[in-house]
Amino acid sequence: MMLRTAAGRRAVATAAAAVSLTLALTACSGTTKDSAGSGGAKAAGSAKADPDAPLKKGLKIAFLPKQINNPYEKIVDEAGIEAAKEYGGTGKEVGPSDANASSQVSYINTLIQQRQDAILLAANDPNAVCGPLKQAMKKDIKVVAYDSDTAKDCRQLFINQASSEEIGRSLVQHLGKQIGYKGKVAILSATQNATNQNTWIEFMKEELKLPAYKEMELVKVTYGDDADQKSFQQTQGLMQAYPDLKGIISPTTVGIAAAARYLSDSSYKGKVVLNGLGTPNQMRKYVKDGTVEQFSLWNPEELGYLGSYAAAALASGQISGAEGEKFKAGKLGEYTIGKDGEVILGEPTVFDSGNIDTFDF
Amino acid sequence: MTTAPDTKAAPSPRAATKSSLARGLALRWDTAVGVLLVAVLVVGLGTTEGFGSAENLAFAFNDIAEVAIIALPMTLLVVAGQVDLSVASMLGLGSALTGALWEAGWAFETIVPVVLLVGVAGGLLNGWLVTRVGLPSLAVTIGTLALYRGLASVVLGSDAVTDFPQVYADWAVDTTTVPGTFLTYPVLLFIVLAAVTAVVLHATGPGRSLFAIGSQEEAAYFAGIRVKRIKLLLFVATGLFSAFAGVLFTLRYGSARADNGLGFEMLVIASVLLGGIDFDGGKGTLFGAVAGVLLIGVLKNLLTLNDIANEVQVIVTGLLLVASVLTPRVIAAVVERRHRRAANAPAPQP
Repeated sequence: MMLRTAAGRRAVATAAAAVSLTLALTACSGTTKDSAGSGGAKAAGSAKADPDAPLKKGLKIAFLPKQINNPYEKIVDEAGIEAAKEYGGTGKEVGPSDANASSQVSYINTLIQQRQDAILLAANDPNAVCGPLKQAMKKDIKVVAYDSDTAKDCRQLFINQASSEEIGRSLVQHLGKQIGYKGKVAILSATQNATNQNTWIEFMKEELKLPAYKEMELVKVTYGDDADQKSFQQTQGLMQAYPDLKGIISPTTVGIAAAARYLSDSSYKGKVVLNGLGTPNQMRKYVKDGTVEQFSLWNPEELGYLGSYAAAALASGQISGAEGEKFKAGKLGEYTIGKDGEVILGEPTVFDSGNIDTFDF
Repeated sequence: MTTAPDTKAAPSPRAATKSSLARGLALRWDTAVGVLLVAVLVVGLGTTEGFGSAENLAFAFNDIAEVAIIALPMTLLVVAGQVDLSVASMLGLGSALTGALWEAGWAFETIVPVVLLVGVAGGLLNGWLVTRVGLPSLAVTIGTLALYRGLASVVLGSDAVTDFPQVYADWAVDTTTVPGTFLTYPVLLFIVLAAVTAVVLHATGPGRSLFAIGSQEEAAYFAGIRVKRIKLLLFVATGLFSAFAGVLFTLRYGSARADNGLGFEMLVIASVLLGGIDFDGGKGTLFGAVAGVLLIGVLKNLLTLNDIANEVQVIVTGLLLVASVLTPRVIAAVVERRHRRAANAPAPQP
């Protein structure tokens, strides 16, 4: 109806002409990826560190997890808040209820306004949080990433739960042993852009290229968005698409619990091996009923504890985030900052029916 | 405008004054939202440290720039009795396309018009399905909500594109403000667009005809209003604004992703409804919608600053929404009953 009139036609023609003119004008002399200087300002030059400086009293630190109702992150953050009490500071946990990239940003702004001494954050997107984090550092608020890293120039330290390579490769090694190095396998991940998940998956794929795994085939990487219901449905979908699937690796606590719940009530129970990263309390039931033989995880309480002390050491001027600096993390002992400001917590623990009852988190 | 059903019976001059006073103030939900907004601002300034800093205000308003910009054409759509649920998906598609083309080495100045064109095309598809095929807009845009988000994933996959040109990124972020104010450039743009939209809706013939379309589409058609064309144009405008919001979002976060703005459609529609735009069409003011979107933004900022958990924030927004739908109806019902009683009462002897 619109184009039936001459006026309508004329309007469209004018619009088209205007657009093509704009295109012509801009096509040859615009700002492209290769021409213009794109945003890559370096983090504020770190001041010199004084390794003998005592931890300041009354430090205010805040944990900003990917989402607040994630049971795993809650354990990390609560342990970090407890640690803050040890050194006479106060800690709190704030955060969004969904794991969207942009939803963390308004919390960072808030923490800046509240003049916290340090922000500890598990990034949903390594870049979307960058601008505000740089703002924070400019105002001398220390930034420590944990669990999932940000771009390197947007934080001073990254507390890595375990080396990514070790996590990725060991999960494939464990699963391979369980299924006799033969058959179709799939991965149930969290969100498509989660930095940690993707790094682990890369290493899983690397490991699968080794000759030992030539009869194992990775058929699909699927995403449950760290939402219980979606992870459950994705598992269901996997089993429908690949009824002969032999193994699933879910390197996320939400994913593995949802997958275990689906498998435990389905005819695939005992036929499909589920491995991955989970918490003992969530997985105890499925280990006992035989759905899951084993899974692994680092100790999340230690992760939060270490992060909390690292933030305090930064805020007290003991360290600046440079490679080779050392700091003491309470009962965990001394840690050394590695390349790119990374601090590695240690090796993951494997949980099975033999040891699961000795853990409570 | 939001007015209660007019009653011809004005039993006494005193009652008339009282009722017009009530209509002028209490019955105007959009005014109430405006007052509530000011109240929240005042309470925030008085109670919360850091709330009133230029830095925080710049952030708080900039943070809702995309939602606010999309809320403008959405207001017109809802007034005309339509709705577009695909706006956030179009935002995501705009963002994904911006990222993919930038990655492919296109000039940013070329990317923007192309993305806007895609927005227009998406709006045309929505509008065409509604006006020409005759499908209800709710159903059509639930479909395109999935379609456009799916296309966004096809365009960019699970990648995130970053490192957009600094000069444009600086334009969008909350740390750059119009000198001497706490207004960011996206907010300034929103103010200009809002002013234009207000004039269009309330002071032009086609704009005012939206109220007629929204309350009685058939009657409007027989009164000579070009219902289909106007509705088509509204969908196109909504697509255009949403695609632009996609570019803005990308620049603001410095990250182009297919899932950007996931769920924003609800935020947009909530703002519009909170502003007193009747979901059945035919009623509402642009002022109300703007006040609604600002209220949601300011409230979120204030609650976050006070460490109120996200769940509570969602509950507060939900209650406000229910109140915004309920209150005007309750008041209208009360007023009507009072009028009926007044009309039934024996006329006073002169």
